[in-house]
Amino acid sequence: MSKLKNISFVLIFSIIVLNSSNSAEKSTPFLETKWTFKGLFGKFDRASLQRGYQVYTEVCASCHSMKYLTYRNLAEKGGPEFSEAEAKAIAASFEVTDGPDSTGEMFVRPAKLSDKFVMPYANEQEAKAANGGAYPPDMSVLVKARKGGADYIYSLLLGYSEPPEGVELDDGVYYNKYMYGNKIKMPAPLSDDLIEYTDGTKATAEQMSKDVTNFLMWSAEPHLEQRHKTGFRVIAYLIILTVLVYFTMKKIWSRVEPKV
Amino acid sequence: MSDHEYTPSSKFGKWFNDRLPLLTLANHLTDYPTPKNLNYWWTFGGILTFCLITQIVTGLVLAMHYIAHADMAFSSVEHIMRDVNYGWLLRYVHANGASMFFLAVYIHIFRSLFYGSYKSPREIIWILGIIIYLLMMAAAFMGYVLPWGQMSFWGATVITNLFSAIPLVGESITTWLWGGYSVDNPTLTRFFTLHYLIPFLILGLVVLHIWALHVPGNNNPVGIDIKKPSKDTVPFHPYIVIKDAFALLMFCIVFALFVFYQPNILGHADNYIEADPLVTPAHIVPEWYLLPFYAILRSVPDKLMGVVAMLSAILILAALPWLDTSKVRSAVFRPLFRQFYWILVADVLILGYVGAMPAEGLYLLIARVATAYYFAHFLIILPVLGWKEKTTPLPLSITEPVLGGSPNLAAARSDEKIEKTIK
Repeated sequence: MSKLKNISFVLIFSIIVLNSSNSAEKSTPFLETKWTFKGLFGKFDRASLQRGYQVYTEVCASCHSMKYLTYRNLAEKGGPEFSEAEAKAIAASFEVTDGPDSTGEMFVRPAKLSDKFVMPYANEQEAKAANGGAYPPDMSVLVKARKGGADYIYSLLLGYSEPPEGVELDDGVYYNKYMYGNKIKMPAPLSDDLIEYTDGTKATAEQMSKDVTNFLMWSAEPHLEQRHKTGFRVIAYLIILTVLVYFTMKKIWSRVEPKV
Repeated sequence: MSDHEYTPSSKFGKWFNDRLPLLTLANHLTDYPTPKNLNYWWTFGGILTFCLITQIVTGLVLAMHYIAHADMAFSSVEHIMRDVNYGWLLRYVHANGASMFFLAVYIHIFRSLFYGSYKSPREIIWILGIIIYLLMMAAAFMGYVLPWGQMSFWGATVITNLFSAIPLVGESITTWLWGGYSVDNPTLTRFFTLHYLIPFLILGLVVLHIWALHVPGNNNPVGIDIKKPSKDTVPFHPYIVIKDAFALLMFCIVFALFVFYQPNILGHADNYIEADPLVTPAHIVPEWYLLPFYAILRSVPDKLMGVVAMLSAILILAALPWLDTSKVRSAVFRPLFRQFYWILVADVLILGYVGAMPAEGLYLLIARVATAYYFAHFLIILPVLGWKEKTTPLPLSITEPVLGGSPNLAAARSDEKIEKTIK
């Protein structure tokens, strides 16, 4: 009886914990897709990350910054793993203002691996002015900053449609069934064959959404692979140790009474 | 305390111990007679000590990389997550460690409530525990502000605004707390300082908490006084040490699952958006461990009375040793109390649930009923129960049977029965 109570206690507790993080607004269930980074041994799909970077840089980057990322990250382990030469070439295609030089002047130079991702706008005000008053959020940790995470971002990218009867939209406002309040100031960013993938993959809207979401997941959690790997080792170690300590405990307590 | 005098065997040991009796202390701690029937609910004291030390150690390293400035706090956290070696691990351990700490402290508190550990002669231990719990909440709240995300900022705004409810001086106190006219850089820097200080205050109080515990010794599931040392007790080392270690390892497995596989599930997505004083999040909610009190706060329509109710909900616990009039400690021998105990557990869980929901309609009604019941439990049910309740007979000792039964065989049986009721 009491055991039952204890179990129900734990159960209620976990339901509450899960609820408090998942509930609040009930909205359309997210689109289903298989993510390789989920699960005990979850890893990123390297090719998808590289394609995702291409989508980001050719589509998203015209409005969305990624200010916490550095070009060297692109070549780091657990990420898209571009070769160092590729990452250098990517960096060199951007220009940054540096200085002052020895004469006190600022100068423009190609970006290096150690530079942060170049931002599309000089500041938030400029970004707002260029986007009808809406600030395109920085994408570095976007996946973690939205309830629903990767599923939400993926669904949102594919969730554009004509507004249902009776919904009035202002100029520059679009209907998206996954957006909070269903109104979004970003026009549908992806459509079939918008870009041409360098690896020859067919650039459908679904494919691009999935790739770019993968990329955003990595940018939000760049050490995810290491975390999963370390986590498995830590937990395996703990379980073995727990079993050993359990038998030690049994042995020690057997001096006092047969059962603990 | 063990009665016998301890004399170190080596000459140097004796010389040292005469001047600073550390060896006597160590001997006391290892020999410390502990009731042998302690169950796993008693292992959370050790687990909590582990949690405190984990928080201090990870916090110390995080503080080496964190920048307490409104313009840089958020990006310094990202710097820790991305560029500091194992920074992600340190931060996730620290952030989830807070949740684990509260999970353990709630189990520890509810264990006390079930087995009447707060009753004479352990009132001071209990009150020290309440102070530790209050400090924990303060530390957790201020720690949550440090990443300077949206929920940090708005949580800080909501909580500090509570002080403005105090008549006459409320506004001035709030301004004084903020160090300005809104939550801003001065607020962040002082919160960081206090967040760094409080764990050490807690550490000091934990020493007092354990010291006070070692005077009467542990309560136990049967809740009766036992002779120490006797056949009812075992020395702390190795018996309790190994059992605590086993429980701690189990706890660590759960801890690790959160850290490595769901590190953000206990947090709020909005806190990965940098603080913006111009944008208010749709729902401002505290971390899960503060939700029951948040529900109590919001269930009272008047702001000042809401704050009073929330504070009373915690402070009422300090009066518990005198509100519970029953002489019998353990709920095992209090059939009626046992029922009300589980209703209270459910009540607190319900409060936590509605605390996470918007304060309107049915949720608000439930919160009000649950708040009323919470206070009724302590102010009405417990005092009355102490007088009215017919308790079942207490055994003479842990190993001996209920009053007057024959020894040995019956002893074994009653032992088993007790264990069953406990588990």
